[in-house]
Amino acid sequence: MDTESLMLSLELAAGSGQGLSPDRRAALLTSLLLVKRDYRYNRVLFWGRILGIVADYYIAQGLAEDQLAPRKTLYSLNCMEWSLLPPATEEMAAQVATVKGRFMGDPSHEYEQTEFQKMSSEGEKPFEEDVVVQVKEETRLVSVIDQIDKAVAIIPRGAFFKTPYGPVHVNRTFEGLPLSEAKKLSSYFHFREPVSLKNKTLLEKADLDPSLDFLDSLEYDIPKGSWSIQLERGNSLVVLRSLLWPGLTFFHTPRTRNHGYIYVGTGEKNMDLPFML
Amino acid sequence: MQPTYEMAEKQKALFIRGSGDREQDMEEEVADTAVPNIMEAAFHLEQAGVGLSAEESFRIYLALKQLVEQQPVHTCRFWGKILGLRRSYLVAEVEFREGEEEGEEEEGEELLEGAEALEPPGGEEEGEEDEEKVADAVPKPQWKPPPAVPKEESRTGANKYLYFVCAEPGRQWARLPHVTPAQIVCARKIRKFFTGHLDAPVVSYPPFPGNEANYLRAQIARISAATHISPLGFYQFGEEEGDEEDEGGAGRDSFEENPDFEGIPVLELVDSLANWVHHAQHILPQGRCTWVNPLQKTDEEEELGEEEEKGDEGPEEVEQEVGPPLLTPLSEDAEIMNMAPWTTRLSCSLCPQYSVAVVRSNLWPGAYAFASGKKFENLYIGWGHKYSPDNFNPALPAPVQQEYASGPEITEMSDPTVEEEQALRAAQEQALAATEEEEEDEEEEEDEDLDD
Repeated sequence: MDTESLMLSLELAAGSGQGLSPDRRAALLTSLLLVKRDYRYNRVLFWGRILGIVADYYIAQGLAEDQLAPRKTLYSLNCMEWSLLPPATEEMAAQVATVKGRFMGDPSHEYEQTEFQKMSSEGEKPFEEDVVVQVKEETRLVSVIDQIDKAVAIIPRGAFFKTPYGPVHVNRTFEGLPLSEAKKLSSYFHFREPVSLKNKTLLEKADLDPSLDFLDSLEYDIPKGSWSIQLERGNSLVVLRSLLWPGLTFFHTPRTRNHGYIYVGTGEKNMDLPFML
Repeated sequence: MQPTYEMAEKQKALFIRGSGDREQDMEEEVADTAVPNIMEAAFHLEQAGVGLSAEESFRIYLALKQLVEQQPVHTCRFWGKILGLRRSYLVAEVEFREGEEEGEEEEGEELLEGAEALEPPGGEEEGEEDEEKVADAVPKPQWKPPPAVPKEESRTGANKYLYFVCAEPGRQWARLPHVTPAQIVCARKIRKFFTGHLDAPVVSYPPFPGNEANYLRAQIARISAATHISPLGFYQFGEEEGDEEDEGGAGRDSFEENPDFEGIPVLELVDSLANWVHHAQHILPQGRCTWVNPLQKTDEEEELGEEEEKGDEGPEEVEQEVGPPLLTPLSEDAEIMNMAPWTTRLSCSLCPQYSVAVVRSNLWPGAYAFASGKKFENLYIGWGHKYSPDNFNPALPAPVQQEYASGPEITEMSDPTVEEEQALRAAQEQALAATEEEEEDEEEEEDEDLDD
């Protein structure tokens, strides 16, 4: 959620039950302003909170002028001192894939994973050895935030527009989705580089507006039904909750510009989703 | 935009005070009201970063007030919110006044008894018919379903409180039925999201005995039993009644507020889990809080039992299940995968003197408890599922049952074909003809003998 409308956004997202305490909110308002100035970001988003056993991580993201450019992620343990996280790579994802369980809350904590590695010495047969690999919690944090972003960070249709030169900008004339559109999954897009857009047939592409429909919509998400759309407060607030990453809440007030998402959760994917639907 | 205005109208109705003498109403309300101070609890929980927004909490307070006016409520509490796919549930935990029996429960029981009464006469009629057609008697199955564990009485164990749910403050409160042990046992094995409609079916394996209202009630029972905690000393046991040894160590199941509770300093509450205790009874594997031997026959069954053979008894002895007694401290809770089951936090590390101690459950994500001075409160906001570090393994279906062994007595023999029948008849005629010729030969021989 945008730091400029932090208070309103937190109140709108409060339906999921988790928010921030007043002291954290006060700290965020001041510190994120300083982050924006120091790092010279165009927009700073408060991404959410990952609950650990010992401490919680507060995550913020900074965006440049081009909204789809890779975002910089910062974390903090007390909402005051922010540290930049390294960008996510595929090796990190591979390392982190075997780590299970909750986050500890200590960035220097190391998870020990035993892996089978085939070692072959000269001239002998390759044999398997148990190698204990240590994965740092920071790596896991980076990878999980990246996965969540790629999977479930969403924006309403029309909030961003794409210029002919390529960069994506915030649409200042976005007036909000009408109520009839707000209930459909196709009005929400993934906030990441489009993956399945080019697989659409020409007939489908003919109906799309190239400046607004340049991202993947939620309609084709697998598994089907992994989003829960609800209208709260008597249809004056649309809330989307992800079932794949429980804890992610997206809110939007129809016919206004307010929208945003926040993740407050344990940072674990819900692998049992197909059993639960 | 109709639904928006409709909702706003309903919520407006909450805000309007009832008619009557204003002064008297005010005094009555201030004197005794069953509705708790939700705003205070919400304020404290907000310090911990938990809970719905303040405006929503106020609306919930008004909705609870409406519930108290409509139902004969003795105490009530906002239990929490369970999120669903299409709608969410706001849950209120309620205790009726003494003597107010739940009319719906009786209706349900009458229906069940009526259905059971119909079955035995049907069985008797079938018995008579069978006696007439002995040759075509269908073998009766010898399998008897395992005896059902009886559900707990109202106001005891898992059914200690009544629960009401509604989708949004302003809507009608719906009552949830009491929970049966079979439902709790099944709810432990399945993992399903709630859709938000109480009459939705729960499609699962093992098949859940009930619809979403029952599943919701079972999950609420499990969450309450596992996560309702209070600071040590807030509740104490009442005076002892009877011998504990006679009850087989069942333990005490009632407690009362301790009037001398002084409050534990917040720092101590955060440091050690032994300062918190469970004040909800643990649910045994059987599905109840107090153990009941399912093989004990009731009076009706004993009369029938004398006629039947008693060969089936004997090897089925069931062990008594024992759980942790009431008011056990949290430090005795089992760990999850080397991780503490509870996380304690000070709500604000910058001002510890005015902070609130917050405890978060790692076993049921979404369950929170706070304590500050002499006040404490429990709240649950979440999806209603237990945390399990391993992936969910659904129960496998039962193995395929053995078929009846095929032997000669049930193997179907093929009918002889026309050619075979004709060949047989031809052979029989030949045999007949042969015997006739022999007889004629014998007669001729006899004649010849006679002639000589």
